[in-house]
Amino acid sequence: MIRIEDLSIGYDGRPLMEHLEFQVAPSEVFLILGGSGCGKSTLMKTMIGLLRPLAGRVAIGERPLAEDGPPPFGVLFQSGALFGSMSLAQNVALPLQKWTDLAPDTIESLVRWKLRLVGLDGFEHHLPAELSGGMRKRAGIARALALESPLLFLDEPSAGLDPRSAADLDELILTLNESLGVTIVIVTHELSSIFAVGGSCILLDREARGIIARGDPRALREESDDERVTGFFRRRSTAKPDERTPS
Amino acid sequence: MPEESYRVEALDLADGGVELRLAGDLVLERADALRRSLTQAAAAGTLTRLDLSGVRSLDGAAAAILAEACLAAEASGPRPALVGAPKKAALLLELTAQRPPRPPVHGALPDASLLRTIGQTTSKLGEIGRSVLTYLGCLAHSTRAVFSQPRSVHWVDVPRLAERAGADGAPIVLLIALLIGVITAYQAATQMHQLGADAYVPDLVALSITRELGPLITAIVVAGRSGAAIAAELGTMRVSEEIDALETLRLDPLRFLVLPRVIALTLMLPLLTLLAEAVAIGGGLVITTAELELTPGVYLRSTRDALDTWDVAGGGIKAVVFGALIALISCERGLATRGGAEGVGRSTTAAVVASLFSLIAADAVFTLLYSRLGI
Repeated sequence: MIRIEDLSIGYDGRPLMEHLEFQVAPSEVFLILGGSGCGKSTLMKTMIGLLRPLAGRVAIGERPLAEDGPPPFGVLFQSGALFGSMSLAQNVALPLQKWTDLAPDTIESLVRWKLRLVGLDGFEHHLPAELSGGMRKRAGIARALALESPLLFLDEPSAGLDPRSAADLDELILTLNESLGVTIVIVTHELSSIFAVGGSCILLDREARGIIARGDPRALREESDDERVTGFFRRRSTAKPDERTPS
Repeated sequence: MPEESYRVEALDLADGGVELRLAGDLVLERADALRRSLTQAAAAGTLTRLDLSGVRSLDGAAAAILAEACLAAEASGPRPALVGAPKKAALLLELTAQRPPRPPVHGALPDASLLRTIGQTTSKLGEIGRSVLTYLGCLAHSTRAVFSQPRSVHWVDVPRLAERAGADGAPIVLLIALLIGVITAYQAATQMHQLGADAYVPDLVALSITRELGPLITAIVVAGRSGAAIAAELGTMRVSEEIDALETLRLDPLRFLVLPRVIALTLMLPLLTLLAEAVAIGGGLVITTAELELTPGVYLRSTRDALDTWDVAGGGIKAVVFGALIALISCERGLATRGGAEGVGRSTTAAVVASLFSLIAADAVFTLLYSRLGI
């Protein structure tokens, strides 16, 4: 689904990460992990085409990333990035109005069901400012799913949420992956989410300017003999990873 | 979009119901066609079976349309049976259908029609009046407290703000002043020359610039430039909760943010006005000496003779009041910002419009006052 080949990323020619190589398989939940400031979000922004790579290549699907036409993926930004002057329904309808020829009543119906899927039916006419952080993120996911893209990027989906809302969001992510078969790439450093969502992962390190571990997060926590890796996975978390039950 | 990869067939069943056989790729692009087929089937009779055994792929949009049709059929009879749905499709339909629909928490946003906007604005006038009075009252209280607690004002910001409003704004103010001087002199020269009153052109330019145009034009430019910047800055601080953070630190936003801006603009506008008047009179000199038979020396002597202290001082007093008005209004609109990015845009527009109106109104009051006082 995604191939990253010899990728270097950074700003103004100064590399944050160099020679990154990894692949994301279709219908996989893939985690990009690392401490604050290591370049996780920069990597995601490079993967979705917001930043140019310093070197190397990002390939999504079979075709190269085109600058016109509907986006081949949906993106949830850290803050939700909903348009503040539009209601939730208008936010979700926007990509459908822009990129499809569907009739307005079909779009209305799809938007209603999309909001229902993320548990926000009844809030169609609310403005983003009237919602909690967790609800804004759910609405952001509904907008990212509007075009039925087979690939979803989520930047710190559970950051800033209370444990209950974070667990709900993790459950939603797993449900979407299971039922829609959507490939989901998640950028996070929240341990509780990492172990709740699972999947395969890469762990980035600022000092090493690259990937220091890859594989299943639980296996890395238990079996890695690299202190940087065990240090990342065994730091204190607000919720015990194996005991948290998404509700 | 290959339509042939999607097929739908309606069969009348013996029990009077309708079976819909769907085949091919049920995806977002075919949502309209799928919806039409389901509506037609529902109109022909009760939808009792949905046969999905021929479906190759089904995405979230198609699942939503099918779930909606099932829900509609359920309202008038039993839930339609799903037959032969691929595993993933069945899971998706189950997920979509298991969440019962909830009615909207509140109604749709009202249309932004002109009449509605006028009505809403009118009904908000009282609210705005109260808010402005509260703001002025709090500001008066804060200003009084300045004398007992001078350190509570964020003085360190004043030079930076003064530089931004004064030095940074000077080029555009002076350029506009030069053009105003040129235009005024040119118009005056054309008319006066016909009357043989060329000698009065310098007097006319000097008096109109110092008494009216200089302070007013400078204030208008500053309102558009610095006033808008103040409203946008404070508005952004309001929506990003920086003002709330100030309040939780027990720092009064009026003393911390508003008073430094009022002081900076009140100091800078008279200075900018004096410079603008000098440059505008210079512009008049260029046109007058070029178009009429007046030498620069004669022009400058006539200008000096025409002006008395009160002409310049009167303009200066106006500039002080104009500076305070622009800062007060822009700060008030900025602090009253609600909502997100759109709210900041609204506040900025409101600040400029209200500032311009108040400048013209204040100028009218000054003209009347000066006339009564014989200045």
